[in-house]
Amino acid sequence: MTKQKTYMGRRSFIKTSVLSGGGMMVAFSWLASCNLTTDQIKTLPKEWFKINGFLKIGENGLVTIMSPNPEIGQNIKTSMPMLVAEELDVDWKDVIVEQAPLNTDIFQRQIAGGSNSISSSWMPLRMAGATARFMLIVAAAKKWGISADEITTKSGELYHKASDRKIGYGDVASSAAQLKVPKEVSLKDISGFTIIGTSRKNVDGKKIVTGQPLFGIDYKEEGMLIAMLIHPPAFGMKLKSFDASSTKKMPGIVDVFEFNNYKENQSKGSFDLSAHTTQIAVVGNSTWEVIQAKKAVKVEWEESGEVTHEIRGWGGGKRIFPSKLESTQDHLKQMEEMSLKKQKVVRKDGDPKRAFKNADRILERTYTCPFLAHNTMEPMNFFADVTENFARLVGPIQTPEFMEAAIADRFNLSKENVDIMMTRMGGGFGRRLYGHFMLETAVISKKVKSPIKLIYTREDDMTSGTYRPSYHVRYRAAVDKNNNVTAFHVRAGGVPESPLYANRFPAGAIENYLAESWTIKSNITTGAFRAPRSNFIASAEQSFLDELSEFIDKDPMDFRLELFEKAINNPIGKQNDYDASRYAGVLKLVKEKSGWDTDKPGVSRGLAAYFCHKSYVANVVDIVNKDGKQVIDKVYCAVDCGIVVNPDSAKNLIEGGTVDGIGHSMYSQITFKDGTPEQDNFNGYRLIRHSESPKNIEIYFVENSIDPTGLGEPPFPPVMGALANALYKASGKRHYNQPFSVS
Amino acid sequence: MANFKLNVNGKTHNIDVDPSTPILWVLRDHLNLVGTKFGCGIAQCGACSIHLNSMAVRSCQLPVASVGNGNITTIEGLSENGDHPVQKAWIENDVPQCGYCQSGQIMQAASLLNSNPNPTDEEIESAMDGNLCRCGTYIRIKKAIKRAVKS
Repeated sequence: MTKQKTYMGRRSFIKTSVLSGGGMMVAFSWLASCNLTTDQIKTLPKEWFKINGFLKIGENGLVTIMSPNPEIGQNIKTSMPMLVAEELDVDWKDVIVEQAPLNTDIFQRQIAGGSNSISSSWMPLRMAGATARFMLIVAAAKKWGISADEITTKSGELYHKASDRKIGYGDVASSAAQLKVPKEVSLKDISGFTIIGTSRKNVDGKKIVTGQPLFGIDYKEEGMLIAMLIHPPAFGMKLKSFDASSTKKMPGIVDVFEFNNYKENQSKGSFDLSAHTTQIAVVGNSTWEVIQAKKAVKVEWEESGEVTHEIRGWGGGKRIFPSKLESTQDHLKQMEEMSLKKQKVVRKDGDPKRAFKNADRILERTYTCPFLAHNTMEPMNFFADVTENFARLVGPIQTPEFMEAAIADRFNLSKENVDIMMTRMGGGFGRRLYGHFMLETAVISKKVKSPIKLIYTREDDMTSGTYRPSYHVRYRAAVDKNNNVTAFHVRAGGVPESPLYANRFPAGAIENYLAESWTIKSNITTGAFRAPRSNFIASAEQSFLDELSEFIDKDPMDFRLELFEKAINNPIGKQNDYDASRYAGVLKLVKEKSGWDTDKPGVSRGLAAYFCHKSYVANVVDIVNKDGKQVIDKVYCAVDCGIVVNPDSAKNLIEGGTVDGIGHSMYSQITFKDGTPEQDNFNGYRLIRHSESPKNIEIYFVENSIDPTGLGEPPFPPVMGALANALYKASGKRHYNQPFSVS
Repeated sequence: MANFKLNVNGKTHNIDVDPSTPILWVLRDHLNLVGTKFGCGIAQCGACSIHLNSMAVRSCQLPVASVGNGNITTIEGLSENGDHPVQKAWIENDVPQCGYCQSGQIMQAASLLNSNPNPTDEEIESAMDGNLCRCGTYIRIKKAIKRAVKS
């Protein structure tokens, strides 16, 4: 066992005191009712004893573990409590999981983003369980009048072998709750894990398959009204005037009005800003009545001209939304022009200019991708009840902490008077990092003096912005007479951000390397979309490396492995943002498992590997011809994410990321004409469907004892490259522009 | 506004709504049955799938006035204890990620097995193609349907 301090600097990982009764208590009966399943093994205890902010134990030994982070489908509501339960040494069947509300006094980083939930909570959550276990041991030692180190635990029971005594956690929970948190605590050795590394089913599974209320859009309170929005039809437009006189007379309609998300001179944050800060709210008694009324409002729009926002905090600075009505055709033209000019150098190794000049041959290719809408299946929505003195919000949000600050600022409230409860989310993918809809709901609630549930229609959701940016990259590689790659040049950019990661592979593996970056300003708002930037650049890079390997007459697997050998033995530069051995590790694993070196008649295979968000993934995609149609028969995934906490759930996430990567690179796009999105629902916007999904996905993990890293994002980017490379083998045509189905 | 008598999950409900109101919103707003989900409003995603006389239909495109005496079954009424073979197979295969589309997927799958107790892979794909899953659980859904067939 290793001793771990429970403090980092002055900040304690574990707190026993719960400020103002928050934290442990689930504030609303609606949510409390979501926490129990009917087939719970033990009946509910008469009393709960809070051992620390993360868990409470009933007198009958039942344990409630709080899941601190927002659940967006990555299954952390199961896997995070598993970390606590492991170190607490309790049977998983005796655990109830509750979603914790936002409480930054107790919990750290209550964010769903960056695939960081498990990696950032790996130590704190284990310590929450371990300290509680220690306190239970101390309580039992006192009771029995023996030394704490004579006591062992197993499955929620404490044992004293010498006197053959045992006692349940529930029997000493009351006295354990009175004890001080130890200054340091022992954590289990990995070899002793009994819960981590075993597959545990989704704690909400039963509720999901029986249709119980779980999601924000399901939330209801007495007297609640429904609100919907009308936003400008195009980016670069704003509200000029509207006439709702007849709309207000429609049945069930309470009010129609114009509002602004922000108060005057309010500072704006990257996570609360949207394209349209002034909109029209339609408020009524029921959803259908509001949908009908929304169509009846007569609105005039006008061009908004250039708009500048000062952004505070992360991603801050001046953000300019230029005055124009943008079109995809213009974007493509502008991006191509930018890619032909010299741009800002972000990284340079060796002498790329000379290497290109002395090259025997040069391969040059460009790649593009369109804007994408996140399209969470649950459209944006939120509940708010805002009065003069208090703001209470319930719903799906990936960044509750950031939004607490924005709401407090908007209504001149202290953060103590803003209460945020997270519901299960019907998908996130980055979209719900941007909580402008919380401001919208709160402003409407305060205006109409009523609890409000705001719902976006699919059209509102798809056309109001926060898209994956549109990107472009130009690659060049110099090759000498002996078919050695002597220089590599990447020039990447996009609307409105660049996808470049200058220090990622193949930086570090090629002597002469140049990376340049550029951007084009836009009034179309964008945001993080599952594996931001990697979700394009991985595909482009892996397609280019595939074509380059063919250019120099090498097997694409051997070519990559040779580059990694160079990066391992003789790395170029010092800032390389990857571990070449682990990168090569997933390639070798997928090589072995897919039988890469064996000829498979009738199978067209494509390879790719990528590292992002601290995890490594390699794919082989197999395409076969079935009745004249190209079918993705199988995808092999080799994954290195360190210790795998919940294997079957991890596989589910990898399968999903793989299907998602194939779907978006193959079918999806948002295009614009005169500032207006040309797709506004699933009849125009293509998402992958059942019959287009790969028929099989085989997943293999690199087994090691490295602390776990995330899986929400890493499986998404590389498969796009593997797909492009397999499509080439199948049809002889290289795909340079996403979506591949139309390029 | 007009009064309608609806048979939902074996119970009769009287509601007073506009005749154009889709069953989706009657279920969610008026009958407090929120397991049926809103996804697109134009019958393109399948999140709102329910059974009308044992056939899967998109409740977002089904005006309350068109239902008559038909028997409506929602995810809440598919089984008494959540133990319909399809629901059990979904749990056993740990299908859901975010879970939002799954009630629609389950209703569609249950309807498929009603009419075709032993579907081929192609028949499953074809029957399920109108139900989008943004998380990409399609492979697990297919496996769960096959498991339900076996039981």
